Amino acid sequence: MAGQRFAELHLDHVQRAFGDTVALKGMDLTIKGGEFVALLGPSGCGKSTALNCLAGLLPLTGGRITLDGKRIDDLPPEKRGFGMVFQNYALFPHMSVRRNIGFGLSMRKTPKAELNRRVDEAVRLVQLEEHQHRFPAQLSGGQQQRVAIARAVVLEPPLVLMDEPLSNLDAALRLEMRTEIRRLHQSLGLTTVYVTHDQEEALALADRLVVLRLGEVQQVGSPEAVYAHPVNRYVAGFMGYRNMIPVNVTSQGGERATVRTADGTELVGVKREELTEKAVAAVRPEDFAVVTEAGQNTLEATVEIVEYHGREQAVEARLRDGSPLHVRTTSRLAPGDVIRLRVPTERVLVFA
Amino acid sequence: MTAIVVERASLKHRLAEKGVDRVLWLLVPGAVFVVLLFVYPFLYGLQLSFQPKGGGSPLRNYVTFFSDDYLAETVWITLRLGLPAALFNVLASIPIAFRMRGRFRGKRALTTLLVIPITLGTVLTAEGLLAFFGPTGWFNRVLLALGADEPAKLTHNYWGVLFSLIITGFPFAFLLTLSYLSGIDPTLEQAAATLGASRRQRFRTITMPLLAPGLAVTFCLSFVLAFSVFPSAVMVGNPAGETHVMSIAAYETALRDNDFAMGSAIAMLMALVMLIVIGVVLIWRTTLYRGATGGKG
Repeated sequence: MAGQRFAELHLDHVQRAFGDTVALKGMDLTIKGGEFVALLGPSGCGKSTALNCLAGLLPLTGGRITLDGKRIDDLPPEKRGFGMVFQNYALFPHMSVRRNIGFGLSMRKTPKAELNRRVDEAVRLVQLEEHQHRFPAQLSGGQQQRVAIARAVVLEPPLVLMDEPLSNLDAALRLEMRTEIRRLHQSLGLTTVYVTHDQEEALALADRLVVLRLGEVQQVGSPEAVYAHPVNRYVAGFMGYRNMIPVNVTSQGGERATVRTADGTELVGVKREELTEKAVAAVRPEDFAVVTEAGQNTLEATVEIVEYHGREQAVEARLRDGSPLHVRTTSRLAPGDVIRLRVPTERVLVFA
Repeated sequence: MTAIVVERASLKHRLAEKGVDRVLWLLVPGAVFVVLLFVYPFLYGLQLSFQPKGGGSPLRNYVTFFSDDYLAETVWITLRLGLPAALFNVLASIPIAFRMRGRFRGKRALTTLLVIPITLGTVLTAEGLLAFFGPTGWFNRVLLALGADEPAKLTHNYWGVLFSLIITGFPFAFLLTLSYLSGIDPTLEQAAATLGASRRQRFRTITMPLLAPGLAVTFCLSFVLAFSVFPSAVMVGNPAGETHVMSIAAYETALRDNDFAMGSAIAMLMALVMLIVIGVVLIWRTTLYRGATGGKG
């Protein structure tokens, strides 16, 4: 079993409107064969719309989709032959696991012997040998998930679409299935488009991330690029820059910007956008170091709430002007402590 | 003192564990209603049917029914009306309900239009049929204008009653089918589509198997409604001849001939025929998948 490889799937200004609301505002994206692409964003950002447009379940209201130069956006889903894993799995409740997995093959009038051989292979692949004669209602969430994946990949589709497939599973199972999905992607040589609102999931799984917001692509890049170099404050917030400190720009030039917080502390950071006077300095909670003496890029704050997270503590502190600050540190702190927090220049991102 | 309190509390608790609590009192009015207005009259009619008017064997009324051709034939006459009407209503409601699932402009208006016949009542429907399909009605006037030799006879016979049953019975079948159909998760069909199933294959392999148990119930209810036909069989049918249905036979025997025992026997046989048909359909239903269909229903 292996995915049929294509060279390039091209989305050219793909647009989808529902009445007056535009859910997807002209998406451009090129997906290469064998790639794992994650569409990432909060609910309502257009990621599921994009996936349904790819599957053919939603007609486009503008733009085109081409697969190796051949236009496919006017084909119905059954003619596209892309595999899809639904958020609620959408298993056929009146069919056994085997018949669910073999459904696509029987629709294609595959000879019985071949159908059985391929279903056997798929059942083994997702380790459901013992459950293959059961019905979906008799399976656990994780097992249902495996059936849904096996059903989609048994047809060796050129493209596998996954719509938040892990969101209905509990935390431990989610981690396990995540690895499973990546393993299948690699071992079967699939091309996968994966929709999620969970940045950790997207970073862990994907070769390339597409961050969406309000129907518009914000940033496309490798997990590393998006994680370390978000292009705007929205992507930064999504990538774990929980602290967005409002600042005034005092000077900017080249790659650096000097800014001043409301309580008068001066910070030097990386300039990510052309700045006007008002800006935000984005800092990850784990990039702060608790230090004893004052110095450059050092903020003073009062500890308010301390959460125990094992090796680390999650601390909520307040700057002198009252704005909140999230900090993760291995130092042991207690509420009421006045602390100094230092952050390296390259870890402060300044956005307009 | 404390011991007694503890005992009382624990008894109440034990009963509550078995589902016995004060909420059960809410069942009383309903239970009284069912016993007084259904169970008692039914059992009274049942025992009455075994006490023939002129005396004799308890089964004499039943023997009379089946040895009198005019009476025995009512079973087939009623089945010939009830079964096709129920079948037609169920089958016709499938494609319409299928198209009415989604949201679209004018859905409410269309649903209202389809459901309105329920509110009309059989008498009004029968009058409408007489005016429309009667010998001088519009339908025949158009037929004659188009060159027909004589008006089609569509009232005061089998067809008039069948039309009436379809008009009054369709809304029930449609509403039930629509609710069963909206209970099927639409992503199942989408999943089938991504797996290569054409529209027809999706309907045959996903929608129909999940809808069938609901259709069986819809058929049973439609059949019961049609089988107990009375007013339209009189008004647009031929109550002495081809639409001499069981309910008319029971009514005439009991109230015209004053033979309540025989009337009861006919009513009991009517119930028996309905139970047999429903039984057969429900036995077929047990062979189907009847679990969750994943939707909002």
